[in-house]
This record gives sequence, C-alpha cells and structure tokens, in this order.
Amino acid sequence: MRLSEVPVGTAAVVRSVRPGTHGEGRRLEDVGFVVGTRIRVERRAPLGDPTIFEVRGTRLALRRSGADLVEVEPVATADPVPPDLAAALADTPTADVGDGADG
Amino acid sequence: MAERVDTDHCAGDGGSSRRARRRPGPAAGVATATGHVALVGSPNAGKTTLFNALSGLRAKTANYPGVTVSRREADVDLGGHVVTLVDLPGTYSLEPISPDEQIVVDALHGRVPGIDAPDALVVVADATTLERSLLLLAEVLQLGLPTCLVVTMIDEVVARGGSIDVDRLGVALGLPVVGVVGHRGVGVETVRQLLTDPGSWDRPALTPPGSGLARSAWVDSVLRSAITPLQPDRRTRRADAVLLHPVWGTLVFVVVMLAFFQSTFVFAAPAMDAIGTFFDWLGQSVVDALPGVFGQLIGEGIIAGVGSVLVFLPQILLLFLIVALLEKVGYMARAAFLADRVMGRFGLEGRSFVSMLSSFACAIPGIMSTRTIPSDRRRMATMMAAPLMTCSARLPVYTLLIAAFVPDEPVVGPLRAQGLVLFGLYVLGAVSGLVYAALFSARRGAGAAVPFTMELPPYRLPTVRAVLRTMWDAAWAFLRKAGTIILAASIVLWMLLHLPVVEPPPGLSEAEATSYQMENSIAGRIGTGLEPVFAPLGFNWQINVALLGSLAAREVFVSTLALTTASDSEDALPERLQTLERPDGTPLFDAPTVAALLVFFVYALQCLSTVAVLRRETNSWRWPLFAMGSMFVLAYTAALVAHTITAAVT
Repeated sequence: MRLSEVPVGTAAVVRSVRPGTHGEGRRLEDVGFVVGTRIRVERRAPLGDPTIFEVRGTRLALRRSGADLVEVEPVATADPVPPDLAAALADTPTADVGDGADG
Repeated sequence: MAERVDTDHCAGDGGSSRRARRRPGPAAGVATATGHVALVGSPNAGKTTLFNALSGLRAKTANYPGVTVSRREADVDLGGHVVTLVDLPGTYSLEPISPDEQIVVDALHGRVPGIDAPDALVVVADATTLERSLLLLAEVLQLGLPTCLVVTMIDEVVARGGSIDVDRLGVALGLPVVGVVGHRGVGVETVRQLLTDPGSWDRPALTPPGSGLARSAWVDSVLRSAITPLQPDRRTRRADAVLLHPVWGTLVFVVVMLAFFQSTFVFAAPAMDAIGTFFDWLGQSVVDALPGVFGQLIGEGIIAGVGSVLVFLPQILLLFLIVALLEKVGYMARAAFLADRVMGRFGLEGRSFVSMLSSFACAIPGIMSTRTIPSDRRRMATMMAAPLMTCSARLPVYTLLIAAFVPDEPVVGPLRAQGLVLFGLYVLGAVSGLVYAALFSARRGAGAAVPFTMELPPYRLPTVRAVLRTMWDAAWAFLRKAGTIILAASIVLWMLLHLPVVEPPPGLSEAEATSYQMENSIAGRIGTGLEPVFAPLGFNWQINVALLGSLAAREVFVSTLALTTASDSEDALPERLQTLERPDGTPLFDAPTVAALLVFFVYALQCLSTVAVLRRETNSWRWPLFAMGSMFVLAYTAALVAHTITAAVT
C-alpha cells in the first residue's frame, strides 16, 4: 500500500521508499521516512493535497507525488504517534484532532 | 566577541586564521590557536541563532561561488584563540540532491575554492526532532573530524512534558554534547569553551553506521538512553484543527490576507503622507537656501529622489511586521500548506505563496525570502514571478492615474469604480505572475530532484525582539538596496533632465520654463526620440521621459511627470494632467492612454533594485536580463492590447 492511500487518522509503517525518477525518494528518507518508521496520517489540505504526516516527532507536509513513493504497511491500531511516543499518549483521545468543533 | 564578519572571503587581508590551512587526519590534534569550525544541521535546527549567539554579530551573507546558496562566516575571538566559524546551509543529508546540500558536502571536504576545510564540526540538532538530527549526525561522523553536538530548544522539550539528559546523550554518542537555549544564551558559553580546543573532544570508540537500517537502529538505541517521550503539542493540534479546517481554515486564511492588504491603506497611508510632506519641505528648503544648480541637484535630485523611496518605509515596515509575526507564530507554514495545491498548478509551491505575499510590499525581500524553497526550479520560478506582484512603488502611479481619470462613482452596491480598478490591477498582476511562473517553470523542464516537503512547526509565541529583528532585516534589505541605487539614479536622472542648460523663451511661467528645459534636455530628446515607439500606446515625450525616470524606480514616474508637464506641484498633478492636450487639441490622457499606462506598469520591471537583487540571488546576469526583457515585451504588448480594446469600447 502506498502512503498516499492511507486514510487520515490512521497509521502505517514504512516498508520501502522508491527512489523516484530523479532521486526524490532519497530526500524523503532524509527527512525521516525511513524503513521501519511509524507514520500517522494527520490531515489533508482543504483542496485534497498536500497531506500532513506525523513522523519521528515532527509534522511534515508531502504532496501526493511524494507520498506515492513510500510503500507502507497499515497498522491495525490507529496510534496517534510513532511507537516510542505512544505510551505517553495512552490517555489522549485521538478525537481532538478532529473537525475543529472544539475550537 | 567577534570583531568582524567577512561577507566575501577575498575581502580584507583575511587574518591569520585562514592562512594556516589544515587537513587533519582522523587523529590530528587541533589544539592550536586558530582553526575552522563549521556548523552543520538540518534547516530550522537553530544553527543561525547559535551562530549569532557565538559571534555576537548578526550573520552577514554572501553567495558561494556559482550557486544561489548564501554563506555566513565570522571570526570568533575566544580569548586569544581566533576561530573562523562557518554557518553552512541547512541540510538533511550529506548525500546531496540539491545545490545547497552539495555546498555543504563540498565545504566539509574543502572543495570550495577559497574556503578551507573545517578542522572541527558542530552539529546542531533541534531537541524536539532529535531522531532526524541523529540520522544526519551518523553521516557526519563518517568524516572522522572532531565533532560535538549542540542540542537546541531544550526548553520546548520540557514544555511538552519530555525530558532530555544531555550528559547521558554524550555518553551514548561518545561526543561532547551541550544543551543550549539560543535566544537566552544558555549553554552558549560552554560551546565557546569547547571551541577553544577541538583536539581534546571525546570521539566515539566506534564510528556508528552511516546509512540504512543499521543507522536507524543506532539512532533508536541512542534515543532510548537519553530522552523521554514528548507529549504531543496539544495546543498546536487544537489550533490546527481550526486553522487548517476546510471551512474555518479557509475563512481565517481569507481574513488574514484581507487584513494584510487593507492595513496598507488604513494604517500606512497617513505616515506615508507625513514623510512625503517632510521631504517636499526639506527639498524645497535646500533649493531656497542654496540657490543655483547645486542646490537644485541636492534639493530636487537627491533629497526628492531618496525621499520618494523613504516614503514607502511605513508601509514596508507594517507589511513586514505582519509577515514576521505570521512567520514566527507559525501561521505562514499553514498558509503555505493551504495554498500549495493552487500554487502547484503554476509550477510553484506553498512557500512561493509566502514570498509572493512579501512581494506585495516590495519584491526585494520577497525574492530574498525564496531562499527557504529547497527546490531550485520552484525557487527560480518564484523569483521570476515576484516582480509582477503589485509592490508599494506601483501604488503612487496607480493612485495618481485613478484619482485623475477614473470617476468616483458607485458601480455595484458599496463597490466604487476607483476601488474596483485598483483591485483589478492587483489581481491582474498576481494572476499574470502565476502564469509567468508556470511558463517559466515549464520551459526549464524537469529535474525536480527535490520533492515537496515542508515542516509545520508547533505554534510558538515569538519574542518581540525576534519579530522586530525579522521585520527590520526585510526592511533594511529594501532600504539599503533602494537607497544606494536610487541615490545614484536620482543624480543621473536629474542631470539628464537638466543638461544641457537652455535659455527658455521670455514670457513663460516658472513651471513652463522648467518644462521647456526638460523638453530640450538629454532626457527630453530621448523621450521625443522614443515617441514613434510609444505612439501606438498614446504616450508622448512627457510620458516617455517620466517612464525613463521610472526605470530607476517606479514611483519616480510621478515626480518626473510633475516636472515634464510643468505642474506647479505634485498635489496639483491630477488636475494638470486632465488639462493636457495633444497638438491636435484632443486630451493627452484619453481613456485608451490611461489604460495602456496602467497596464504597462502592471508588467514592466522598472526597478533597478529588483534587477540587482535578482542578479545577486541567481548569481548571473542571465535571469535578471531575461526578466527585464520579457517583462518589457509583455508590458508593451499588454498595454497595446489595453489601448486597442479601450479605444474600441469608448
């Protein structure tokens, strides 16, 4: 499954990063999309692209063309953050990332 | 304290620090008095803040040879030891895929002509994104140079419920590690102490793996030993839930943009009037006090010319205050995120939107702000489109022509004709800029090895000082460039308009005598000579000369037109323009001519400062000349179309 196909609010683990036609994949690895990393799909822009991903403690926006290069495996539980942060988050409902009704 | 910052390596005698070039082997001791230390880190890690804190001076920038990457350098005096500190461009990796990353690698290996290889490295890492920084650190350690790690934004980790044990991190890495809070100066003294003797730094017993899964595993093990997890930044999430919401986010975006533009007219205009009045008074006083040509040169040439630039200072300061505030708070990244899809259609990206927004104040800082765009192709396209945004300098020209020739009558509801025309000119400029960027980008072809990645930082309450400094940096770029170039251009223009001195026929009023002098000056003759060229647009010599003046800076058009049309003052100019006639008795400023003139100003690149800054940022004359040439062709063609259409419908 491609990272671009992962639904918002769910998480996935990077299996591989394709190099891309001009070596774009390399940059994605540099900014943290490394094999084995858990990524949470956080939010899409109102026009559908780009998308914000939470990766290794930072929030990064990628376009669909970039996210297409990242092959991932969805993980069953929608952990809000990568595994090393998950414990601290156990008491934080994911709902407050929702639709802005609380703002 | 640093005594000096060299913007150019060739400048000055260079000092002793860079005569002794060292190529340290893996075990070389560098415990001598001088050396080169380079700061390495990913973008936004706090490198420049640390650099400024260490050098005590604000970083001065110059370009690396041949590329559009700026470099900063300062000699830091550590109580007898002088160390040359180099702030390398931000990079995520030492396997370069972009020009600035190539520069980092070349500089680290001493392959940049005129720049010595560093003897020691300081890796700067943002504590909140330590994982990513350690990936880079693993690569840096492959170089075998003495290396220390400076961890920034420790305070933010604590604020978000995490903790970081700097000492244990140092043990795990086998390197000196210092935690700093750059803007408060915490930890900076420790770094300074370290820099006196890089030869004594701890080295890892084993060089960690530089790539692949082994590197990831190494990073994980280091992290586990020294850092407890952060709470996610809930404030940021809550804010983004609103500010990036399809409906509310879009609404806030539109309101912010409207406020941005409206502020120009509401708040900046009174201050601009005051400054304008002051310089009019000052120039006139000098002319009165110093009779003769010399007084006129100073009063009408220099003071009026420089004053015509300083008039924009309130507006520039205000717009850049807003830009700096939005930037520091973290909203600009959100605006870029929201705009990216639309900008992408034109070969640009979200950050281009931010640069273009700045260009509505002044294209110079707008073009400089494109440095944050990693993709060379999208950066170039953004720079080329920036001059088409409606900058402050076009406003006096638009205001004059609209006030004089567009009736102040309601059109639809509260919308009035004058406001609609002004709005239309803004839109025309913005849309044309986007299309121009798209064509430029398409012609340059593929090769976009840099995919779009943009970090959305947590929202932060910036310090007043940081905001003011950012605002001032942008405004200063405008002032310095504009001030020097316009000063020179004002003198040249004044001479062209006043030489050779001719004796006016008797019986003319003072204003008419000035106009007569203008017509027979060098500039007047050029303007007359250009009449066949611009006749299709309806321009006569008076307009042509004012256009010549506007080549230095657009707003000079207004003051020059006041001179060539023998207007008693600039305030009387709108009425004066309405009375001017062509030799056949028809009005000079008929509707087609006014339309052509307005449209001409939308497109023409009449700004030497912009040309100069394009030259500097692209490091070649090719693109500024291309922009100037193509935009003049565009301006002439579009003005001709506007003239023809207006003539047909009126």
